[in-house]
Amino acid sequence: MSFPWAQAYEPKTGLTKFLDERLPLPRFVYNAVGAGYPVPRNLNYMWNFGVLAGFALMLQIVTGIVLAMHYAPNALVAFATTEHIMRDVNWGWMMRYAHANGASFFFVVIYLHIFRGLFYSSYKAPREMIWLLGVVIFLLMMATAFMGYVLPWGQMSFWGAKVITGLFGAIPLVGEPLQIWLLGGFAPDNAALNRFFSLHFLMPFVIAGVVILHIWALHIPGSSNPTGVEIKGESDTVPFHPYYTAKDGFGLGIFLLVLMTFVFFLPNFLGHPDNYIEANPLSTPAHIVPEWYFWPFYAILRAFTQDIFFIPAKLLGVLAMFASILVWFFLPWLDKSPVRSGHYRPLFRKFFWFGLIPTMLVLFYCGGAPAEEPFVMLSQIATAYYFLHFLVILPIISSIEKPQPLPYSITEAVLGSDKKPVLGENASPAV
Amino acid sequence: MIRIIGILAGLFFALGVLWSFVTGAFTAATEGFGEETAEHAFHEHPLDLELSSDGPLGTWDVPQLQRGFKVYQEVCSACHGLQYVAFRDLADLEYTEAEIKAIAAQFQVPGIDPDTGESVLRAATPTDYIPSPYPNAVAAAAANNNAIPPDLSLITKARHDGSAYVYSLLVGYSAIPEELKAEFPDFSTPPGLYYNRYFPNLNLAMAPPLTSDGQVTYEGGSPTIAQMSEDVAAFLTWTAEPTMAERKAVGWPVLGFLLFATILAWLAKKQIWSSIKPSRKD
Ligand code: HEM
Repeated sequence: MSFPWAQAYEPKTGLTKFLDERLPLPRFVYNAVGAGYPVPRNLNYMWNFGVLAGFALMLQIVTGIVLAMHYAPNALVAFATTEHIMRDVNWGWMMRYAHANGASFFFVVIYLHIFRGLFYSSYKAPREMIWLLGVVIFLLMMATAFMGYVLPWGQMSFWGAKVITGLFGAIPLVGEPLQIWLLGGFAPDNAALNRFFSLHFLMPFVIAGVVILHIWALHIPGSSNPTGVEIKGESDTVPFHPYYTAKDGFGLGIFLLVLMTFVFFLPNFLGHPDNYIEANPLSTPAHIVPEWYFWPFYAILRAFTQDIFFIPAKLLGVLAMFASILVWFFLPWLDKSPVRSGHYRPLFRKFFWFGLIPTMLVLFYCGGAPAEEPFVMLSQIATAYYFLHFLVILPIISSIEKPQPLPYSITEAVLGSDKKPVLGENASPAV
Repeated sequence: MIRIIGILAGLFFALGVLWSFVTGAFTAATEGFGEETAEHAFHEHPLDLELSSDGPLGTWDVPQLQRGFKVYQEVCSACHGLQYVAFRDLADLEYTEAEIKAIAAQFQVPGIDPDTGESVLRAATPTDYIPSPYPNAVAAAAANNNAIPPDLSLITKARHDGSAYVYSLLVGYSAIPEELKAEFPDFSTPPGLYYNRYFPNLNLAMAPPLTSDGQVTYEGGSPTIAQMSEDVAAFLTWTAEPTMAERKAVGWPVLGFLLFATILAWLAKKQIWSSIKPSRKD
């Protein structure tokens, strides 16, 4: 954050001078996302997704608050008020479709953000805290999205809630009482719907709080970059504004184009038809599937079909599903390679593109498919690889791999050699 | 230390799931992937159905929606309600206020006698929702061999490829095909059910509702079963999302504006970055 060459904030108008002495908010913004924040000059488009995630979060909060004005979290009318929003509320259909598809694209953005971090090992020192807070955000997002999906009280809402809360029942001894306590009953009903609504409204603000910590932690070392070589001097950086504000603005345009194409032309493409049937505890859908962004983890959950000694298969599945995300917490200490970027790690790169990515795609596909062969067997192989990748392969690679030579600096990587004038006489940065 | 515990945990989960895999593979090798069923072999995907509301430029074909409503009113409404569609919504189909009042008055809804306070049935008004013919689910089940006719408001959104599915179901009744009988001699259609190749388990509890051409009289003609089926599928596409045409119409200016703004943002980005080229080489 505080590189010595960072441009200094100078209040110019009467108002900003007044504010600067009393509540230096403009100074804060200038140093956080303005010209006072030097950023590596070589960030590629994978570094756009943090800002997009922040935008998606705000979009969810705004559309969600409007929806909450018209929705009633009561099992008798929840489905009907959702239809009321679709039919009678002015622009209600747009708000609901924007919120539902916004959630999906929030996850698209977050998955790209996470896999950027995995490829460029952004989780390594000194950025462990950014990563850890990120994993916390991801867990909170999953909980929020799960509870949000229950609110329209369709068939998948109900049965998804039943299956997922049923997982707590797998915990030995306390499982069943815990499940009943969480639901406020033996099965999802009014009590569960009410508390899910309350928590679904609350959690985005908790996420926003953790995002603030995430960005605070980011501003201590500053962003990493595609070379993974830390900033050495002024020529390695450009001021955040206008360089990255402009680039993020363009990225935002693309994001909105894609999102709005879905909102207006394919609003139900990512949803499940069964959720347009009102919840019915007496009729089980043929295939209960969660929303697409949970499919990889759902596949891991269902991959365990055999007990091991005294551990029932269901409990193993639950443990594995939670463990599959919890392993991310340990990545900074599992991957000991001194080199960050996958560009300079030949072995790591191979396992990333030919191991991890296909595995995620297989898990994704199998999680959405019915629990039949060959999908179960495929997801079992993929699950095994998933755990081996993070917990066995990654630590071993990081000790045996011989990294390729790194550039001396970001400037050298960009220009071929360092110590050349960059922001030369004829090219002063616009502020 | 973390790495040793990590490797052990990784091996635990990997070997655990591989144990499941080996057991599953052994079962599959000895017993195969399960037997082929009649439902799986003879269930067909819906027929192609083209409606004017399809696609990104879709708009309602109002005369078709009116014909579809007529089919619904004369045939389907004997068993199915439209609980999310109010009579006033029919204004979208370009019925006049007087026509809507007259249509509503043909339906009976539960009400309260203003003089005695007793529960009665009264004629519906435009603000009422299109009622189910049954007073409750028990009555609906009792009248239909224990199968409850679903509300149709959302039926075309509640099924994969819903509009085509409704159309296909209405034209898809037949006798059990000879090949099916040959391949699955145990398969049968129990009394009170009807063979339909577009229904997931092939035996549908709804008797064929459209049985003869001209069953519903159209202005100036006697429609085929396929025509009536298509029209009512179009109508039920509207009931599932009356705001669909508006949505598509609004989408274009939104995308147009965003495209314009994105191009401007791209040009601004290029302009700003041009001062420090080359920007990246890795
Ligand atoms: C609401 C969710 C989130 C928001 C708003 C958010 C926001 C941001 C922003 C604005 C940045 C800087 C720009 C960039 O590098 O793209 C960033 C960096 C980062 N984020 Fe997130 N983030 C979120 C979730 C996550 C998650 C779930 C993870 C990981 C599990 C994560 C890990 C990281 C890491 C490691 C960096 C530093 C990358 C680097 O400098 O190389 N973030 N985040």
